Amino acid sequence: MKNNLLKTLSALAVSTAVGVGGMASAMAENVKIGMITTLSGGGSSLGIDVRDGFMLAIKQSGRTDIDVMIEDDARKPDVAKQISDKFIQKEKVDILTGIIWSNLAMAVVPPAVRQGVFYISPNAGPSALAGKACHENYFNAAWQNDNLHEAMGGYVSAEGHKKPFILAPNYPAGKDALTGFKRFYTGELAGEVYTKLGQTDYAAEIAQIKASGADSVYFFLPGGMGIAFMKQYSQSGVSTPVFGPAFSFDQGILAAVGDAAVGVKNSSQWSKDIDTPANKAFVESFQKEYGRLPSLYASQGFDSANLIISAVEKAGGAKDADAFRAALKAAEFTSVRGDFKFASNNHPIQDIYVREVVKEGDVLTNKIVAVGLKGHANAYVDQCKM
Amino acid sequence: MTSAFVIEQILNGVQFGVMLFLMAAGLTLVFGVMGLINLAHGSLYMIGAFVCAWVSGWIGSFWIGLVAGLLAAAAVGALMEILVIRRLYQRDHLDQVLATFAMILIFSEGTRWLFGDQPLWLDIPQLLSGAVDLPFGVSYPLYRLAIILVGVALAIGLYMLITKTRLGMQIRAGESDREMIGALGINIATLYTVVFALGAALAGVAGSFVGALQSVQVGMGEPVLILAFVVIVIGGIGSIEGALVASVLVGLVDTLGRVFLPQFFALFMEPSAATSVGSALSSTSIYILMAIVLIWKPKGLFAAHD
Repeated sequence: MKNNLLKTLSALAVSTAVGVGGMASAMAENVKIGMITTLSGGGSSLGIDVRDGFMLAIKQSGRTDIDVMIEDDARKPDVAKQISDKFIQKEKVDILTGIIWSNLAMAVVPPAVRQGVFYISPNAGPSALAGKACHENYFNAAWQNDNLHEAMGGYVSAEGHKKPFILAPNYPAGKDALTGFKRFYTGELAGEVYTKLGQTDYAAEIAQIKASGADSVYFFLPGGMGIAFMKQYSQSGVSTPVFGPAFSFDQGILAAVGDAAVGVKNSSQWSKDIDTPANKAFVESFQKEYGRLPSLYASQGFDSANLIISAVEKAGGAKDADAFRAALKAAEFTSVRGDFKFASNNHPIQDIYVREVVKEGDVLTNKIVAVGLKGHANAYVDQCKM
Repeated sequence: MTSAFVIEQILNGVQFGVMLFLMAAGLTLVFGVMGLINLAHGSLYMIGAFVCAWVSGWIGSFWIGLVAGLLAAAAVGALMEILVIRRLYQRDHLDQVLATFAMILIFSEGTRWLFGDQPLWLDIPQLLSGAVDLPFGVSYPLYRLAIILVGVALAIGLYMLITKTRLGMQIRAGESDREMIGALGINIATLYTVVFALGAALAGVAGSFVGALQSVQVGMGEPVLILAFVVIVIGGIGSIEGALVASVLVGLVDTLGRVFLPQFFALFMEPSAATSVGSALSSTSIYILMAIVLIWKPKGLFAAHD
């Protein structure tokens, strides 16, 4: 990791020096990638996993013609915007990637792609960028925000639950989440609650769940909010089964939630037990490199890098924008999640799995128990006119 | 909606209220006695939680962790008073706000440096886990019930300390006339350090208790600090009774508002619109309460200085 950074920095120094001297140099042909991600503060584990997965793929490719610059946005939209301006204007990057949060993506992506830079999203997939504000230079290698919630809505219906209680924070991604859930859940709801963003005490909501006569609970509370909710829920004496998207039950977070999470069903486009050679090799090499199990964010970072590498290979670099775009769109790489291709709005068509939290020895992890949605794209394809 | 549900929500409100009281009590004492605005009070809450989580993870006992959290917060509070705060009493409030804001940054970065960015985990002690059955068919988490009892006990203890002991007498005298009690031969410097450490210890206890319920992370003190300021403004700056009444009031209004406002709007709006209007309004409910109280009593419910 450190070596890579050093290499990048020295390559940068050399290329600037050469540029000033006015000489043509092989360095100028390198593909430059700027990664803006969250490496400090709350939610830094997501950015760290995306970065580590991404850099692992770059390392495994053995390519020396790809330079990656990494900067921390501290989860702040204004910081992310400044870094992207610097990457585009000063460093002249070909590709941007790395953003975790949808509100940051909305600040950075539209102006960046309008300036002819490519953006490959390893995480955030806000509905606007999949629909009306879609762009030919924007590709999402993870999911559209609604996807995991849609899969769980369908699953909760199919499992015969008649009265789920659903809750999410009161902000755009929270509303997208419950909208996604309701798009595929067909019955009636026991209740629908929006909590304050960043809320850490859920006593009032848990009492409401108890009083509502719900037969199941679906919640989208990313990061620390979900951990607090699960801890308090398990103490409350309620035994209604809980469902959620992978975000609150993924590898990085399970240890914190503790045994309260065992048995919870959650939806994900990736799982460490997907039985393909590519995934096995990924899980093994990630564990070897970093000494921990990969999370879904790590898998997304890994896939984003491999997508870029495949396109660089096919188009012979990123300088010919049309060729590079066509090569990205073809997505000729082996995704660790299995089948992967792009819908017409450059978001994945993929399977979404339902996983269950299990205990393997002392380690909490997930195993796949069902396929939630097969070959699923997203609800915004028709709104996107490219 | 059953009576059990309403009772449970009231208990939730009271539990939230007593935790707020532990924060607000220290803040209002320090302001009442020394005339100091201490923005770094939230950092003491965070320090209590971190030390509690760290020690209980190390030794394996929540109770030892709790004591350690209390002592650490009190010690840091005393140190902070001696090294920095002491220089600020004669300055105006803007200087105090600036200096204590700087201390928030120092404490946050220092904690991040020591413990890292990832939240620490503090488990609820085995003894207090699970739920208990109360009358009227209410089943309530034992830990939250214990928080209410400890909070009430501390409130009573604090009240006794202030009304019945020599130290309390000095504190009250300090509130009404700082120079006079100095002239009467009481060591003001020690008194100030003790009051500051006492407030810090209460914040440390609150942080330790809440840490086990939520998560222990950098920056956890600041949202609570804002609420604690709302509480002392409503209660009347410098008044312990005011802080207690206002804490419980704020706890109840916030909790019940969160639950019942969306249901109220659902009576005459379609469900999804009612949820969003209700939750938007409920997050402002305590500020509306503060505005109403201030219109009615501009110095707060129990103004200490008239």
